[in-house]
Amino acid sequence: MKHCSIEVQSLKKKLGSNQAIDGISAVFAPGVLHGLIGPEGAGKTTLLRLLLGLLRPDEGSVQFISGGQVVDFGTVRPTIAYMPQQQSLYPDLSVSEHLDFFAALYEIPADLYREKRTELLHLTRLQPFQDRPAGQLSGGMYKKLGLMCSLLRSPEILLLDEPTNGVDPISRRELWTLLYRMREQGLLILVATAYMDEAERCGEVYLLNAGRILAQGEPKQLLEAEKVARFDELFLRKESDLGL
Amino acid sequence: MVSEPNAVIAVDIRKLTVKFGEFTAVDQVSLSVRKGEIFGFLGANGAGKTTTIRVLCGLLVPTSGHVRVAGYAPEDGLEKIKTRVGYMSQRFTLYDDLTVAENLKFSGSLRGIVGRKLEQRIEELLEFVGFSRATGAFVKDLPGGIKQQVSLAASILHDPEIVFLDEPTSGVTPGARERFWKLIRELAGKGKTVFVTTHYMDEAEHCERIALMKDGKIIALDSPGGLKASTFRTPLLEILPSRKMAEGSWLPQLRAHPAVESIEPYGMRYHLVISDPARLGEVKAQIPPSFEISQTAPSLEDVFIRLVEAGFIK
Repeated sequence: MKHCSIEVQSLKKKLGSNQAIDGISAVFAPGVLHGLIGPEGAGKTTLLRLLLGLLRPDEGSVQFISGGQVVDFGTVRPTIAYMPQQQSLYPDLSVSEHLDFFAALYEIPADLYREKRTELLHLTRLQPFQDRPAGQLSGGMYKKLGLMCSLLRSPEILLLDEPTNGVDPISRRELWTLLYRMREQGLLILVATAYMDEAERCGEVYLLNAGRILAQGEPKQLLEAEKVARFDELFLRKESDLGL
Repeated sequence: MVSEPNAVIAVDIRKLTVKFGEFTAVDQVSLSVRKGEIFGFLGANGAGKTTTIRVLCGLLVPTSGHVRVAGYAPEDGLEKIKTRVGYMSQRFTLYDDLTVAENLKFSGSLRGIVGRKLEQRIEELLEFVGFSRATGAFVKDLPGGIKQQVSLAASILHDPEIVFLDEPTSGVTPGARERFWKLIRELAGKGKTVFVTTHYMDEAEHCERIALMKDGKIIALDSPGGLKASTFRTPLLEILPSRKMAEGSWLPQLRAHPAVESIEPYGMRYHLVISDPARLGEVKAQIPPSFEISQTAPSLEDVFIRLVEAGFIK
């Protein structure tokens, strides 16, 4: 199941009385770090949940394409890793115990697990903290542990919901460095964030508000085309253009 | 630190130490904040910020040191301090399944404000924050920016002298953020002291002075401009690699150059610090010609990373 892209067409989803997703179309290509950037309520989480099959669209479609062919969701699902905003890690279990637990849950063969575990602990620099319970980790380390658990299965698609929220600037930069490494391995990565400045760190940006895409493109080209210096300004302009 | 002779001090701590068992969370911290000042309090996760704030809010008795918050010391009774401070967090100041009116009445009654006085106060504050919707609306149905206005109103119902803001504008639109900081400046203009804790460097830029904490100690305290100037005395280059060469051998080569003090990723760009300004041209010549290079002012993120991670000492 190599190098899948996700195609989303005219997607709509209502949650209660709120039109959470209001007509979104996009093609998320593999090997690219896609950023869903927008404030609270923009539709970031709902979009990720729709991609993951946790929610069904009211209208439109989500398709996984590999080699020009539509792939069955059941085949793709095991290759998708999802890191929700509120992570359900176990405060009493140590970093090491989390890895053991998720390896068992995902039925990862022992030799592969040993290799993966060493690689991930090295990559996240969590090696010295292996025996620390999750409940005593700092915000940044906690997020890294969550990311590590989701990477154990060697996913092809990585969906991350606000991985850097509440994390200090140093841990934030470390998390982004980790994501760049994953992208180099050809993964399709989708990161949702409310931090406008993080748009610049993505390969392709989707500026979201009220369930719609306000602007999309490669960050540098997007800023140049709109003649603005920062994504804050771009957001303000698009918002006033739409009379929101 | 020297404070202005006639300035009224809202928060004064001297050699504040807080220990949890063997662990020293706050280690001999001293600082004072002027009445009406917007003061930023930054640090990595686990640096001791939250512990310090808990002492200043009257939630924790320090192990040792001198503390005065709005004129009261913990020895005067923590309740005295609590009545003089307000606390707002974007995340948990309000109850989602209560209406705006219910939330404000609840917050008010916790502070012992009732009846006509509470109604007046709510009316006054909703007007101040610019809330123009129905107060019968459930908080969960409000957009982030509006929720934030109501949170602020709830945290200052009892007219505190000092208000603590914890990442107050995370997750709101850039427009709502601008409006919020305007309110905060108005509040400070009325003599309220504002204490901001945040990981969001854009928020820190709004503060008049910033204290940076690491391992229980304050490692820097200055205005945003002052911090930038003292942390970066040599030129800072911003490099934007061409897309095809975003990664490549140029990076380790530059890093190894003797006149390059550091090179750090910064979004799609890199920030390079020169150790010897005289060798600026030499370093520039090492950068592939297709890259965009500009000399830039450091951001607070640059300052934070340099001071906290590299243990940079002036």
